[in-house]
Amino acid sequence: MSRQAVRSTDPKKVSSELFTLTYGSLVAQMLKDYESDEEVNKQLDRMGYNIGLRLIEDFLARTNVGRCYDFRDTAEKLQMAFKMYLGISPSITNWSAAGDEFSLILESNPLTEFVELPDSHVNLKYSNIIPGVIRGALEMVQTEVVACFVHDQLKGDSTSELRVKFVRRLEDAIPAGED
Amino acid sequence: MSNMRNRVSILDKPLNKSRSDVSISLFGLLFSEIVQYCQNRVYTIPELQTKLSELGFHVGQRVLDLLFVREKNYKRETKLLNILLFVKSSVWKTLFGKEADKLEQANDDDKTYYLIEKEPLVTKFISVPKDRGSLNCASFVAGIIEAILIGCNFPAKVTAHWYKGTTFMIKFEESVIVRDKAMENR
Repeated sequence: MSRQAVRSTDPKKVSSELFTLTYGSLVAQMLKDYESDEEVNKQLDRMGYNIGLRLIEDFLARTNVGRCYDFRDTAEKLQMAFKMYLGISPSITNWSAAGDEFSLILESNPLTEFVELPDSHVNLKYSNIIPGVIRGALEMVQTEVVACFVHDQLKGDSTSELRVKFVRRLEDAIPAGED
Repeated sequence: MSNMRNRVSILDKPLNKSRSDVSISLFGLLFSEIVQYCQNRVYTIPELQTKLSELGFHVGQRVLDLLFVREKNYKRETKLLNILLFVKSSVWKTLFGKEADKLEQANDDDKTYYLIEKEPLVTKFISVPKDRGSLNCASFVAGIIEAILIGCNFPAKVTAHWYKGTTFMIKFEESVIVRDKAMENR
C-alpha cells in the first residue's frame, strides 16, 4: 500500500514522547499486576529479551556491519545501535583488564523522561528492558552476555551506567527436531 | 520532607520538546510485547481491547497535561468542537507526527463523532488473525483520546473500529451536548 507523504517527520521515527509514555504505562500496569518489584524487573528483562531477538534482524538489515572481531567491536556496535534506536550516544568506559566487561554511560535515557520513582518502589529497575534487549540481540549473534544497570539516574545517581559482561561464545546449535 | 538522596525533582525539569526521536522498529516491537502481555491476561477480544484502552488512558492523561502546559499556555478548551480539533491536530501531531485524516459528525446523532485515521501507527505492524477480525489494537489510541476528553471535562466513550481504515467512535455523554448548546446560546 502506498502511503501519503503527509508525515512531517522521518517515517522511520516515532515521537520519543509517545514511546516514553507508552513504556511508562506498561510499567505502571505491571506494578499493579505483580506483587513485587523484583518480579516486574524479571518480566521487563524477559520482554526486552524478546524484543532483542527480533531487533537484531532489523539492525543487521539496516546497517552494513559484519561480524564482530572482538568484544570491543561489539561494544562499538552496541553504541551504534543505541544511536539508531533510541537516538542517544552512550559512552563506553570502565573496561575490565581482561577486556571482557565494559560500561555504557547514559547521560540521558529516553525511557525515564517524565518519570519519578516513588520511594515505595526502590527495588524497581525501571529501565530493565534495555539490558534484556542487549542480551537477546547478542544471543542471536552467538554471544552470551550478562547486562544490568549498576547506576541509575532515577535513583539519584548522576548518570546511568549499564554494565555488560561477556560470558561465552555460543556454539551453533541445530534446533531440536532438525537434522 | 527533606530528600536524603538529593535528586532533581521532576517538576523542576523543563518540558521542552525533546529533540531525539526513537526508531519505529523499536516502538513496534515494544507495542507488540504490550499486546502479548495484555493478551496473556484476558480471555476475550473485547477484554483485550479494554485492557489496551486502559493502557492508552494512562498515556492520554499525561499527554493532556504536557500539551496544555507546553502549547496552550495552561488554558484548557471549553468548546466541544475546539477540543475535538485539538485532538485531531495538536495531539495527533505530537504523538504521530501528523494530523488525523478526518473528523466527522454522525448524521443521525449529535452526541457521536468519528475521527478517522487510515493507518494508525500502532496497527501498522499488526496482522490481525482471520479468526479475530474485529480486534483492533488502535484501542490503545482510543484510550488516549478518551483520557484527553475526560480530562478536559467532556465525558465520552471512545472505541476503535475497522471502517475506512480505523475509525474512532466518540460518544459524548448527553450533559456535554446540553452544556455546549447552552454556551452557544449565551
